[in-house]
Amino acid sequence: MISIRNILTGAAVALGLAVTAAAAEPTKVGFVYVGSVGDGGWTFYHDEARKKVEEHFGDKVVTSFVENVPEGSDAERVMTQMALSGVDLIFTTSFGFMDPTLAVAAKFPKVKFEHATGYKTAANVSNYSARFYEGRAIMGHIAGKMTKTNKIGYIASFPIPEVIRGINASFIHARKVNPDVEMKIIWLFTWFDPAKEADATKALVEQGVDIVFAHTDSTAPLATLAELGGYGFGQAADMFQYAPKPRLSSIIDDWAPYYIQRVQDVMDGTWQSKSTWDGIGKGMVAIGAFSEEIPADVRAEAAAMRDAIADGTYLPFTGPLNKQDGTVWLKDGEAADDGALGGLNFYVEGIEGDIPS
Amino acid sequence: MDLSAINPVLLISSLMIAATPILLAALGELVVEKSGVLNLGVEGMMIVGAICGFAIAVQTGSPVLGFGGAALAGALLSLLFAFPTQILLANQVASGLALTLFGLGLSALIGKNFDGLIPPATDKLHVPVLADIPVLGPILFQHDPMVYFTLTLTAVIWAVLKYSRAGLIIRAVGENHDAAHALGYKVVRIRILAIMFGGACAGLGGAYLSLIRVPIWTEGMTAGAGWIALAIVVFGGWRPWRVLIGAYIFGGVTVLQFNLQVAGIALPVQYLAMSPYVITIVVLVIISASKSRAGGPPAALGKIFHASH
Repeated sequence: MISIRNILTGAAVALGLAVTAAAAEPTKVGFVYVGSVGDGGWTFYHDEARKKVEEHFGDKVVTSFVENVPEGSDAERVMTQMALSGVDLIFTTSFGFMDPTLAVAAKFPKVKFEHATGYKTAANVSNYSARFYEGRAIMGHIAGKMTKTNKIGYIASFPIPEVIRGINASFIHARKVNPDVEMKIIWLFTWFDPAKEADATKALVEQGVDIVFAHTDSTAPLATLAELGGYGFGQAADMFQYAPKPRLSSIIDDWAPYYIQRVQDVMDGTWQSKSTWDGIGKGMVAIGAFSEEIPADVRAEAAAMRDAIADGTYLPFTGPLNKQDGTVWLKDGEAADDGALGGLNFYVEGIEGDIPS
Repeated sequence: MDLSAINPVLLISSLMIAATPILLAALGELVVEKSGVLNLGVEGMMIVGAICGFAIAVQTGSPVLGFGGAALAGALLSLLFAFPTQILLANQVASGLALTLFGLGLSALIGKNFDGLIPPATDKLHVPVLADIPVLGPILFQHDPMVYFTLTLTAVIWAVLKYSRAGLIIRAVGENHDAAHALGYKVVRIRILAIMFGGACAGLGGAYLSLIRVPIWTEGMTAGAGWIALAIVVFGGWRPWRVLIGAYIFGGVTVLQFNLQVAGIALPVQYLAMSPYVITIVVLVIISASKSRAGGPPAALGKIFHASH
């Protein structure tokens, strides 16, 4: 079903582009999405950015997208079709599209590719990702201040560095303002399964957790918290429908400035392959409005931390920090470099349990 | 590890909620299979029930109408399976799989406008007096009405299949459709009704997910629950109470493994994550194997019936 839809959409994309190509010479930009544009989270925000690209450039640009593309050979086919239809720039927005993107890019050296959240590049392939952990640090601060039971929960998806950075950043900043805070972590081994996300939230709340972080894609944890009590945060999207309670704030991915810049580069002929890892400062990570449920002084602290991270005066992973086993990771005042963060595979001191391998 | 943090009362009460959608879908499929039809479209009917129930409840503000609409939607969708398999004599496995794929696509289409909405809450049935009994009260008497409906449905299906004439006819059609036909029973009509009943149950199970258990709508939210229901019917030996045990064990172990993770049990998470599947299968196989008269599948299961014989 999915692949049939992809073929049809792909064909429609190709047809649409062929027609417009004859009329004018706008820059053509394609997007390959792993989920549906209506998921309210990850893919939804990539598509919002695509719409902003259209808004910004008007008729100088034509965009197209294919949604629900499975990671694997289907992705390669969709990208090939896009490239054949004369697209100048293709954004592939899931970690699992990395190798397909490189394979297709090798066949179309004139087409530029942008791959999200990966780590490989080529002459015509850039990669980009966002420092979501900067947002986690701020949420951790709020959670540490607001928890009444001193137990905060984290619904983790897969044991990859991005998720481990999120766990550590949340915990470090909760512990900093509340030395008694404990973190309970549940691994789901899925990005998306609302029933499991809801059950995990329930299990956390039943064991005394009153603030839950989610690193999965649906709004199920917030929906469950709305029923059971307790607080949570929007993840990848604002999830404002759950404000002011249980949603306290949110970590929003804002890809629009980056997409607009890269499309401009292609128009100017200045596009070059590079790796981008931006955070709050460059606007790639946005922090959702703070709920009225947060005490005013905590709101002010959170806003100050957001601004300090934005202008680079505060780095969330700054020593003194020990690893879980008590050995020194970062000395006083030392900040973790991007290499160490990129491959982060251990908990900091104070978190209990093991990372599944 | 701090196992004392796990509250058994809350755990049992949660497992009943976690098991209900699977149990509903499995009970429906049990009746379908008892009538000799294998419908692999449970997942598709569940998710269409999930979005239709959600959409109707959001529009009307009434969860009851939502559940009613979900049952109706499931039953209507099942006709897309009943027509080719019962009238055109198409292959049941292929038709069922097609129904699941169709249901997933259809629900995504209907659901486009319902992302991110919050459904009206279903009130808990706080049974007077009984709900205030310590321990037993919170476990048994403080649930939403659908939990009790599902338990009642299990008993009704068991009683009907075992003791009533209607149940005997359904079983006869499922065991030997030619003999049933020779006795004058309308095999095709009975099977279509059974398929619609299965569709309605699957629809209710889906709506339970989107209206009570999660409660949100997102594309693909059943995430395989329909397949679990199918498996539980088989491993439960086509018997309602064993299907109930299977669903409760599956729900229970799912909930328990999250609780164990929170309590910090020193077991690799991967073992915990697969435990619901393994334990459910092992327990049901042991139950079914321990009795010599353990029932196999209905003899005519999945076979095509030609009325012209």
